[in-house]
Amino acid sequence: MSRKVLLIEDEPNIAEAIRFLLSREGWQVEIHGDGSDALEVIQGAQPDLVILDVMLPGKNGMDILRDLREMEELASLPVLMLTARGQSRDREMAENAGVSRFMTKPFSNAEVLTAVRDLHAQATQM
Amino acid sequence: MTTVNVLILVCLGYVVFLFAVAFAADRMAAAGRGKWLRSPLIYTLSLSIYCTAWTFYGAVGNAARSGLEFVTIYLGPTLVMVSWWWGLRKLVRVGRSQRVTSIADLLSSRYGKSNTLAVCVTILAVLGGTPYIALQLQSITLSFSIFAEADPSGLYREGSSVFWVAAGLAVFAILFGTRNLDVNERHHGVVTAIAVEAIVKLFALIAVGVFVVWGIAGGIGPMMERIDASEIGQWHVDAGRWTTFIFLSAAAFICLPRMFQVMVVENDDESHLRTAAWAFPLYLLLMSLFVVPIAVVGLDLLPEGANPDLFVLTVPLSQGNDWLAMLSFIGGFSSATSMVIVTAMALSTMVSNHVVMPIWLNTQEGTGSVSGDVRNIVLMARRVSIAVVMALGFFYYRLSGGGAALASIGLIAFAGISQILPALVGGLFWRGATRTGALVGLTVGFVLWIYTLLLPGMSGASMPESVLQNGLFGISWLRPQALFGIEGIDPMVHSVMWSLLLNTIAFCVASLLSFPSPLERLQGAQFVNVFDHSVAPRGWSGSVAQSEDLMIMTQRILGTGPAQEFFQAEAEKQGGRSHLPEPTPAFLGRLERELSGSVGTATAHAMIGQIVGGSSVSVEDLLAVADESAQLLEYSSQLEVKSSELSRTARQLREANAKLTQVSAQKDNFLSQVSHELRTPMTSIRAFSEIMRDTEGLSRDEQTRYATIIHDEALRLTRLLDDLLDLSVLENGQVNLNLGDDSLRSVLDRAVSSALAGAGRKISVRRARAAERIVLHTDLDRLGQVFINLISNAQKYCDADEPVLTISAYDVGGRVIIDFIDNGSGIPPGARSMVFEKFARVGGDKAGGAGLGLAICREIMQRLGGEISYLPGQGGAAFRVSLPLAHRQAAQ
Amino acid sequence: MSDESDKGQPSSARPSLFLERQSYRRRRLTDAARLLPFLGALLFALPLLWPDRSSGDAAVPLSSAIFYIFVCWGALILISVIFGFAARRMRTPEDPETGAD
Repeated sequence: MSRKVLLIEDEPNIAEAIRFLLSREGWQVEIHGDGSDALEVIQGAQPDLVILDVMLPGKNGMDILRDLREMEELASLPVLMLTARGQSRDREMAENAGVSRFMTKPFSNAEVLTAVRDLHAQATQM
Repeated sequence: MTTVNVLILVCLGYVVFLFAVAFAADRMAAAGRGKWLRSPLIYTLSLSIYCTAWTFYGAVGNAARSGLEFVTIYLGPTLVMVSWWWGLRKLVRVGRSQRVTSIADLLSSRYGKSNTLAVCVTILAVLGGTPYIALQLQSITLSFSIFAEADPSGLYREGSSVFWVAAGLAVFAILFGTRNLDVNERHHGVVTAIAVEAIVKLFALIAVGVFVVWGIAGGIGPMMERIDASEIGQWHVDAGRWTTFIFLSAAAFICLPRMFQVMVVENDDESHLRTAAWAFPLYLLLMSLFVVPIAVVGLDLLPEGANPDLFVLTVPLSQGNDWLAMLSFIGGFSSATSMVIVTAMALSTMVSNHVVMPIWLNTQEGTGSVSGDVRNIVLMARRVSIAVVMALGFFYYRLSGGGAALASIGLIAFAGISQILPALVGGLFWRGATRTGALVGLTVGFVLWIYTLLLPGMSGASMPESVLQNGLFGISWLRPQALFGIEGIDPMVHSVMWSLLLNTIAFCVASLLSFPSPLERLQGAQFVNVFDHSVAPRGWSGSVAQSEDLMIMTQRILGTGPAQEFFQAEAEKQGGRSHLPEPTPAFLGRLERELSGSVGTATAHAMIGQIVGGSSVSVEDLLAVADESAQLLEYSSQLEVKSSELSRTARQLREANAKLTQVSAQKDNFLSQVSHELRTPMTSIRAFSEIMRDTEGLSRDEQTRYATIIHDEALRLTRLLDDLLDLSVLENGQVNLNLGDDSLRSVLDRAVSSALAGAGRKISVRRARAAERIVLHTDLDRLGQVFINLISNAQKYCDADEPVLTISAYDVGGRVIIDFIDNGSGIPPGARSMVFEKFARVGGDKAGGAGLGLAICREIMQRLGGEISYLPGQGGAAFRVSLPLAHRQAAQ
Repeated sequence: MSDESDKGQPSSARPSLFLERQSYRRRRLTDAARLLPFLGALLFALPLLWPDRSSGDAAVPLSSAIFYIFVCWGALILISVIFGFAARRMRTPEDPETGAD
């Protein structure tokens, strides 16, 4: 069974690091670097999991998340959010917007892997 | 026999003589000679315009009808003159100190300079004066007709003669009455002419009297017997008419506009009153001395039905004494002309000042009229008014047909003008009299006078017979000659009693019920206490009433609360006998200081002086009146200024607060952005270093690649930290400028080569090197940093296929301008205002900059005394750097 | 403080109550002059007591009436003249009552 993760991240180096980590875990990793058309890309790719950066060109990660939760077929999609700003305000906003897991950069690779595994496990149990 | 032609010649000659007298008097007064022009004698004689043709001819007629009753008309003024100390003295003092121009002006001035009141009085005066003027015209015409009857040539025509008489009198009044603008400048010419006329008419009447007593009757004794034997020899006093007429003539003597003109306006010296107090009654006595004898002899000698109003003329004529008749005619003519001239002058002053000028000023509002203009307008208005008043008299005469007995018209006019009396006397003696009271009283009296006397008196169509018989709307107690059902009173007595009684009651009640304006109170104090104000200082003649005035004034300036506090404190200092302090000099001094804080020293002094007295206050009064509103305005505008200052301060505080909030938000935002910019490269570094540490069997390529990423991100971090440090130093102004001299060309050379060195993507740079031969004195390294930043930005962001950067330099008015323009798509308009802000990055820039470059450039240019700005409309991204050629700013 | 307020009292600011003989005379003359109009009014009101038409009594001969009125009138004028000249002669510069001149 192929597991697919969509990584929305404009920093190429960070994207590459996450791709490296997840593909070794057996994930199929797709990367998208722009916020403005992120929703369409998510709809098209139909991933099992989305990793979303907050500071994105075009459209803010928070707004993408909010819109995504409005859409019926994507409302329950697990979303792991990453941010470099790391203020407590951001965490609250993300939780209000319906984030599945929120992480602050810089993160340890193990943390990311654990989070992805947990989220996927929760999603498949349901 | 005297022909009409001779008579006309005599009249013309007499008028020319008067002209000459008036002209000479004016010339003498202008030359400063002729002290006698201002003598008490002239003043007394000028008062004789009280004796009009009505008294000259009509007194005899009156005596022939009702015996001694005619004398009431002289007894009233006699009493007024004798009691000058009580009344006239005050009237004259007030009139002079307030510079009033007419009785209407006096009332208006007393009641808060109300023009409404002035207009009312003017209307009343014109209404009362018009029949009076008509009466004079009638008497002249009648006397003409006496001679015309005897004139065989029959040239005389009544209509045209009246017209010419009226026109001639108007011309005389205009010529001598309107030469000066200021009515307070005495009309010496007119007054002297009137004095001459007074002598002429007295002489004429006495001459006729002497002729009658000694020439016809044969001495005093026989004359007395003849009187007792005549049909009026047994005299029954009509008590009502006797008292009423004495009172009425006294009232009219004070209220008549022409009397006010000669008595107050033309008064040169108050002390003249002292002489006139006995001299004028003497004049009146002489005028009436021979009235009864002439009447009795006339009744004896002349046929039944002869007009007794003309006995003065017809008795000498019947005796064939033509020269005496001529003298008598001149006397009557004198009486008529002097009265008409002064009345026309007085009425025209009122009409022009209170009716024409306000209307004219209203129409001129906003055009910024010139004062010279106004002078001419006023004079023109007076002249036209005189003509109009004369025309009114003329038409009244033509319309009324001149039928009624002379005496009755005169009394009706007296009753009308006397309606002013309550307001006048109240204004002079009662501080509580108000404008409302005066207006209500005048209106009530005026209406009653018209209803009970004027309309019923004018026979015929003026009032329907049914109203006269059954009352207005059939209500019997509204019958004009039997108000409230009280019948059997003489109509004249009835009207005077009711109109003046109700007038007075209305005046008092309305005054008590209304509240005067501050100006009215001020003027009221001025009028009632005129002697306290204008008499030589007697120390502070303090009274609580004055303290009250001071209190009112102070309240208006300081406000109620502070004023009451101040007065309370002062009263306590004085021992607290009453809630108001005594106006002691010390208190007044403190009050003045207190007030001058609000209105200025001079004004405060004037205002207190006005209430407490000490000097003739006319000027200060005018000032205060003019200033009062201005002061209040000023005070409130001061408050306004203060409150606007407060609101300005509040706004500044709000702005400062908003700025602080903004700065705080900016700082938060800045920290948040710094955090983001630091964490992003650290994330990559951490992720890849963990990968390299934890992952088994990485290929050599992978290892190299990941190590390179770590290295690049570490460099990025270093750059960011450098930039932040740089910016912080620049912003805090702690930067040291290393000033040096070099040409712009070499600075640009170094910047271009440094910016393009090792860059992956090439951009071609176009320069006009010739224009770059400008020597700069500035911090060359910092300027180079700006240039490098701009060039590498162009290199990074220019999205053209073949990117080109054009650098051009100009020298404009002592400043160097260097433009950096690329051929890309430029910066979108919405982002242009942001590009110089920290961490502002346009588009998805991950090319290594932290977004601090342009912010640093801006800071640098400010330090160098120049500026950097975005140039819109250049095709691509365009930046302009400008700095002064000779930079003199010292390094900090 | 009390010193100040005493100065302000109207009574103390005025001249002494007891005047010199001349001033005293002048004051009384002024009083008389002020009362003159009341005397005049009284005299001229006297004819009101004479029989009128309704009473049926014998009427007053006109000559007597003339005599009465003109004598009263003349007397009034004469008193006025006397007062006028007397006051002028006796006027003293420090007297405030005649400050009008």
